[in-house]
Formats: sequence, C-alpha cells, structure tokens
Amino acid sequence: MADASATNSDVTTMSGPRGRKPTRMLTPRNIMLYGTLFVIAVYYLLPLYVMVVTSLKGMPEIRLGNVFSPPVEITFEPWVKAWSEACTGLNCDGLSRGFWNSVRIMVPSVAISILIASVNGYALANWRFKGANIFFTILIFGAFIPYQVMIYPIVIILREMGLYTKLSGLVIVHTVFGMPILTLLFRNYFSSIPEELFKAARVDGAGFWGIYFQIMLPMSLPIFVVAIILQVTGIWNDFLFGVIYTKPENYPMTVQLNNIVNSVQGVKEYNVNMAATLLTGLVPLIVYFVSGKLFVRGIAAGAVKG
Amino acid sequence: MKNPSVSIKHLDLEFGSFKVLKDLNLDIGQGEFLVLLGASGCGKSTLLNCIAGLLDVSDGQIFINDKNVTWEQPSERGIGMVFQSYALYPQMTVRGNLTFGLKNAKMPKKEIEERVTRAAEILQIEPLLNRKPAALSGGQRQRVAIGRALVRDVDVFLFDEPLSNLDAKLRADLRVELKLLHERLKNTMIYVTHDQIEAMTLADRIAIMKDGLIQQLDSPQEIYNRPVNKYVADFIGSPSMNFFEGEIANGQFVSGDLSIDLTRYDFAEESPNATAWFGIRPEHILVNDEAPFSAKVRVDIVEPMGSDTLVWTKINGTPFRFRMDGQAAVSVGDDLSIGFDPARASLFDNTTELRL
Amino acid sequence: MAQTGRPTQLFRNKSAKIAAIPMVLTALVVFVGATLWTVFHSFTKSKLLPSTKFVGLDQYERLWSQNRWLISIENLAIYGICSMIFSLIIGFLLAAMLDQKIRFENTFRSIFLYPFALSFIVTGLVWQWILNPEFGIQKIVRNLGFENFVFDPLYNPDIVIYGILIAGLWQGTGLIMCLMLAGLRGIDEDIWKAARVDGIPMWKTYIFIVIPMMRAVFITTLVIIASGIVKVYDLVVAQTSGGPGIASEVPAKYVYDYMFKNQNLGQGFAASTMMLLSVLVIVVPWAYLEFKGERSRG
Repeated sequence: MADASATNSDVTTMSGPRGRKPTRMLTPRNIMLYGTLFVIAVYYLLPLYVMVVTSLKGMPEIRLGNVFSPPVEITFEPWVKAWSEACTGLNCDGLSRGFWNSVRIMVPSVAISILIASVNGYALANWRFKGANIFFTILIFGAFIPYQVMIYPIVIILREMGLYTKLSGLVIVHTVFGMPILTLLFRNYFSSIPEELFKAARVDGAGFWGIYFQIMLPMSLPIFVVAIILQVTGIWNDFLFGVIYTKPENYPMTVQLNNIVNSVQGVKEYNVNMAATLLTGLVPLIVYFVSGKLFVRGIAAGAVKG
Repeated sequence: MKNPSVSIKHLDLEFGSFKVLKDLNLDIGQGEFLVLLGASGCGKSTLLNCIAGLLDVSDGQIFINDKNVTWEQPSERGIGMVFQSYALYPQMTVRGNLTFGLKNAKMPKKEIEERVTRAAEILQIEPLLNRKPAALSGGQRQRVAIGRALVRDVDVFLFDEPLSNLDAKLRADLRVELKLLHERLKNTMIYVTHDQIEAMTLADRIAIMKDGLIQQLDSPQEIYNRPVNKYVADFIGSPSMNFFEGEIANGQFVSGDLSIDLTRYDFAEESPNATAWFGIRPEHILVNDEAPFSAKVRVDIVEPMGSDTLVWTKINGTPFRFRMDGQAAVSVGDDLSIGFDPARASLFDNTTELRL
Repeated sequence: MAQTGRPTQLFRNKSAKIAAIPMVLTALVVFVGATLWTVFHSFTKSKLLPSTKFVGLDQYERLWSQNRWLISIENLAIYGICSMIFSLIIGFLLAAMLDQKIRFENTFRSIFLYPFALSFIVTGLVWQWILNPEFGIQKIVRNLGFENFVFDPLYNPDIVIYGILIAGLWQGTGLIMCLMLAGLRGIDEDIWKAARVDGIPMWKTYIFIVIPMMRAVFITTLVIIASGIVKVYDLVVAQTSGGPGIASEVPAKYVYDYMFKNQNLGQGFAASTMMLLSVLVIVVPWAYLEFKGERSRG
C-alpha cells in the first residue's frame, strides 16, 4: 500500500457485526434506571402537587377527600383569602403584609450585602494588606458558628443603635451573616481574573475604585447574578432572623405564614394554608426555575452556609 | 496486507450531525508500530477510542486478529491501553493497579504473580510495586500505566498521547524506552500523538490525519520526502517547508522573476502545464555551493539555535527560510548565494493541492 | 486616573483598608465578640437581663438535668445520624444515576433540586399537611382497604422525629446530589476508560475506584450536612412546634425559647454554647486536615 486511497481498493465488505451495536431501549438496566428515577421524581414532585390541588379546593371537598385527590370544583378563593384576609394571632390582613415586608427587607439587604461583599472580595483578592487574611479566616470560620450563639448579643447591639425591631436592623443582620459566603464567592472570582490585567491597570494609573468600577465590575456580571440568586432565596426563606429582630407588623412573609398556619384560633382552613404556603414558596421557586444552571452554581458555592 | 493485526473497514463516526471519521480504512500489520499523527481535532484520538471499543462506531467494522470486534466490549478485544493522564487508580498501590483487572477476570493467583513479575522486570518498576501513584514521578507513573497494559498479555497496545504530560527531557528518554520495548515485545502498537518528532522516531508507518480522513499512510521517510499533498508537506518538518506559487510550463516552474528548471524533478505523471505550489524544505538549501538551482539573497533575520542557524530572507518577495550550520557566521544584511536541488522539492497542484 | 498628586502607595492601602472595614467589624464584633460574649455569659446568673454575676457551671448543670434538653439532644442525634447517612446514600445514588448519560438529565436534576429552593417553613408546612392522619397518607391507605393502617408520625411522640426527617431529606438531598454530581464529573474520564479496558464492571468501578477517589468530596459534604443539622430550627417550628408535648424539641429551639420566651437567658447561653462546642468538634478537625493539605500542596 502506498497511501490511504490504495487501502480502499483491497477492502472487501465482510459479514458479521457492522456499525453501531444495536441497543434496545428496554434493557433490564434501562428499565431499572428510568423506573427508579421516575418514581423518585414523582416523590419529589408530590408535595408541590399537593400544595397546588389543596389550594384549589373548597373546605367541604377537602373534608371528604384526601390530600392527593384532584379538585372537582376549582376555586381561587383560598388564594384570595390567603393573600388578603387570613388571620395571624394579631391581625387579619393576610400574607400581603408579609410579602411587602419581605420585599422591603430583601431589596436593600441584597443590594447592600452584595455591594459590601464584592468590594471586600476585590480588596482581598487584589490589594492584599497586612492582616487581611486573619480577618478573612475568622469570617469563614464564622460561617460555621451556629447563629444561636450570636443572636442575643446582636439584639443588644441593635437596641443600642436604636434599630431593634426595625426593618433596617434586619437588613444589617442579613448583611453581616451573608458576608462570609459572599466574600468568599467574590474573592475566589476576582482571584481567577488574570493578575496581569490588574497590574496593567495599575501601571496605567488607575486606583482602587477606578479598577473596581471600570475593570472588575464589568467583567464580573455572572458572579453578581449568582450572588443575587443566592441572597434573594436565602433572605426570602429566612425565618429565624425575621422572628427575632422584627416586631409583628414588620414580620417577613415566612414568619407570617407560620403564624397563619400554626395559629391555634378558629377552624383550620387547609386550603387557605396551602395557598399561603405556595404563595410564600413562589418567589424562590420562580428564581430557581428561571435561573437554572446559575442557581446550581450558587448553591455549590453557598453550600458552606449550611 | 495478509493477516493484518488490526483492520478497520469503512469506519464512520458521527456525533449528532458532525462527522468525526469519514469512511476510514486502515490495515495494521502484525508487530507494526503505527502512529496516528495530526493536529488536535483531526479525529486521531477518536479513531483510537473506536479501536479500543470506548466509542460506539456509527458504521463500518473493526477486526482485531481477524476477529470482528465491532460490537465487543473493550476488555474482550485483546487490547491494552495507555492514557495521556496515566489514569492510574490513585487509591491502589502499583501492584494493585497492575492486578485489579486480572483479579477481576478471576485469573489464578500464581499466574497473576508471574505476569506482574515479568512486567515489573521489563519496565524496571520492581522497587515501586508497593507505592501509590501519588508517590511516583511522572515518568514512573507512565511506566506503571504501560505495565497495566503489559500484564493483560495482549497483542495490540494502544497509546493515547502517552508522553504529552511529561517535560521535554523525560519525553525524549521515554521515547527511546518505548522503542526498545517495541523491539523486545514485537506487539502491534498504535500510537496517537500530535508531536511529529515522536511520530518520525517511533513509527514503522505514520498515518497523517485531517478532518477525519487519513491524508497519507507511509513510512516516515516517504512522508518526509514525498508528501502526497500540501497539507502533509506543510505539517511535517520544522521549520516548515518554503512555498512559492507559480506556473509550470515546459519543464520550468515560473513565479515572477523566478524560474526553476524541473528536469531533475520526479513527476508522478507526465510533466503537466498547470498552476502549482513549489515547496522546498529549509534544510535542503545549500549555501555558497554548486547546486542545480541558485539565487542571490539578502539576510533579513538570523535565529541562532546552537546546533544550527535559521536564516530568514526573501526570494521574489516571498519569505524564505533556510538552515545553516550552527557555527555559520552570518549577520543581517549579508548577501548570500544559495541553491538547492529541485529533485528534493515537492510540487503540488494549485487547486487540488495534490502532489504532481 | 483619579488619584494623582498624592502619596499613592499610602492612599491605595487606605482604600483597601476602608473597603475592608465592614469585614473587620463583622469578624471582630459579631463572630468573635458576640461569640465570646455569649460563652462568657453562659457562666453567669443571667435571667431576664444579662448579668455578670459568675456562677460557674451552674447553668450547664441545670441544662443537663432538664428533660427537655436531653430530649432535644437525643432528637438531634437521631435526626443528625439518619440525615447524614440517608442524604449521603440517596444523594450519591441520585448523582450516580444522573451520571449514566441519561436522557432528560436536566429535567430530573431540576426536579430533585427544587425543594432546596424552598424555605424550611414551607417544607415543614406542606409535610405537616401530607402527614396529616385525617387527610394524608394514612387516610389514603385506609381508603384502599387497610382499615387499621396507622401512619401518624407527627402525632406519635416515639416517631415524630422521623416525620421531620422525611421532610428534611426531601428538602436537602438535592443539594447533596449536586455536590456528588460535581464530584463525579470531576473524575478524569480516562479512569473510566481504563476500568473498561480492564474489564471492571461498573458497580465495582464505583466502589473500588470512584468512591475512594471522592473521599474529599464526601468529607466536605459531611461537614456541610453536619453543620447544617446543628442549626435545625425552622423545620421543627413549622412542622410540629416541638410537639406532641416536647417530643420533637431540638437544641436550637431550646435556645430561642429560653432567650425570647421564658426569659431565662443563662439557659439560652449555656445551650447555645453547647451547640457551638458540637460544631467545633466537627469543623476543627476538618479544617485542620484541609489546611494541612493546602500547605503541603502549596
């Protein structure tokens, strides 16, 4: 054979297996695999399904059936009631108050915590100064300290500042406890940006803020999105800080939801309860399904938070 | 070829709509050292993985020792494989790495022991048998990886860029060892690399691949001296071949003011009249010497490399490189008389880029 | 650009230091200061208000003589051990199944992970409803003809903690699956190829090669699960409020109740210090190993 084309000529088509190995879709292995995955998927989806169907039923129907039976007569009344009429121990204006409280807590908390943590991470990654790593280590270890150890002294601090039971006090608390994970996130991200870029900017005469705003910030949009996802879901889902550092008219949605569902007065309205539960879960669920892969990236980074 | 060790017939591989390998045919002889050479993405590693059975082919057949293995599991094909990243099992000792597959195949203890002893002796890794891969150097790990293929006692060895992760010196040493190993074992070896030095030094035959097709399958000498197309000519050799674009007419290659007599050139067929590429390797240029073709040039850049010196100039406005002795005293601006023998040149058709 | 005409070296350092002030304050005042403050006050006679009257280990003696604290610890131990074992096993199995180059991988992953986006309050409430004996699983099985079937974990003091475990696992295994999947994907593909050439069956490859290679991932995951378990609070509050009786109390709830409801700060401080201690027992050896590893690598 002199070259490749010559080999073509002496190839005779031979019998026997040829091409792709025929694979059947229904091998025992595939049946097991997909069957198991399907059953588990149903199990994971069941609570969501239960929430939806229960919230669309009337109370008489609930008393007759079980949690899984689909609604015969769909009614949106429980949703309306959960949003605007449901009673906690103190007031009867539904979850709407909690929703707006949560928004008023979440927006500034997310903005401030991310702003501070990003500048902080940038300083740690690119402007190492003496002692910085000691504080950073304390910060990371701090993420593992049970909140219960720190909550009371913080009550005293906030009281001294006149912010106890105020929304602004809760914003500070969220900023403080969001700091370890966010700082770590930003520090690692900024460290991964080639140092030459930073050096070049310094040679060009840019200062601390100049480099941050003109070079680092425009390059790090994805990590900001990850941080926002992390903080929005984390702060929205918070219960402990909300119940400790605010008073009833400032309670965030989770606290109010718990008070509505677990209030001992009156008849239990399961449909209203489930509508309220679903309403509270809706914000993080929407964030989750819209953000997709970025959410996974966020939790992988945020896992330290526990 | 009679009784090929590995035979690949009409092999196709598609990932979705992307064809990685296209109707590929290849016969590899018993005990042959075949190198698959090409730039990244040419399909060489894919082809090796198909031979190993690690990828399902879309069409075609693969025979190993006259047995149709197209649908066989990798472990049943009679192959051993060595990976670029070594792929040693990190939690096991060297002995564990060598024996894991054999134990799993329920081989008697005594035979396992014999095979390990033999492989360790051949590869000189006896003192390392109880260490873990993390405690080995790159070269030692690579030897263990070869050992894992060796104990399988197979006819065909597959190497997937096995030296790429090593530094230059170690790579040169292991290259020689591989060659010795092949001399000793006389197995069929199929070796994937992007390094042309490895290919030239190790191979009995080289298959140069591009875009899922074999461009040329020949001995290293033949590929170096008579590349079948411009791609192969350009790919093999460092620094690469000088090219001029021009016309062939009446036994002359004409490009601008340049005219080269082609009487001594060995045309594949009758000397055609066509537009063509004229290629000559930098190391085939002679300075201040009698040559069938000669020209006067002015030196633009000098790159001394110790063993030899690379000189950049222009002929007819086209950049032109040639190699001189390492001790040559040339400097920028010097006028030199250079020449070459057109018999050592290569001519390619301008449109098909095939050798003329 | 902006800062010319100043002693730049000094100024640059100053900017970075100013930017780090929130971090320094958080680290020193909250993480160190507040923690030490609480630990210190756990040795005092604090009652309605923090006091500095030193009483030695009295608070701890009282704590460990409280039935409610002992139940809390027992619950935490059961919940913790089961949660670690089950979330590791389930998380790894799910990850391994998703790693089989299956179709609809993204869909399955989204389904297994979505509960993690929900709060413990939402999780607790929906499982409270599903486990409701009058309308939930018990009712359904009884309707199928098993009249005497009993499944009421939230109303049975002996098994209530397992009712909470079901909800906790539902919420948290998706995260473990994601961590495990990332670990699996981090394994060199050549290892799998080598095992196939060696003829190792898939399950053996997982057990003898892949899982040992994922040791670090497993340990980190365990630390994450464990430090999360100690903090379990919202889930219990929402699902059972600690009931029936005090059967599902947990330490975090003990702390909250004694600090903010029973006005017995000293007990709260002592209990929270015990929580800190248990976290240290987990985190310090792990951090030591990680830190040591990084040093030898560096």
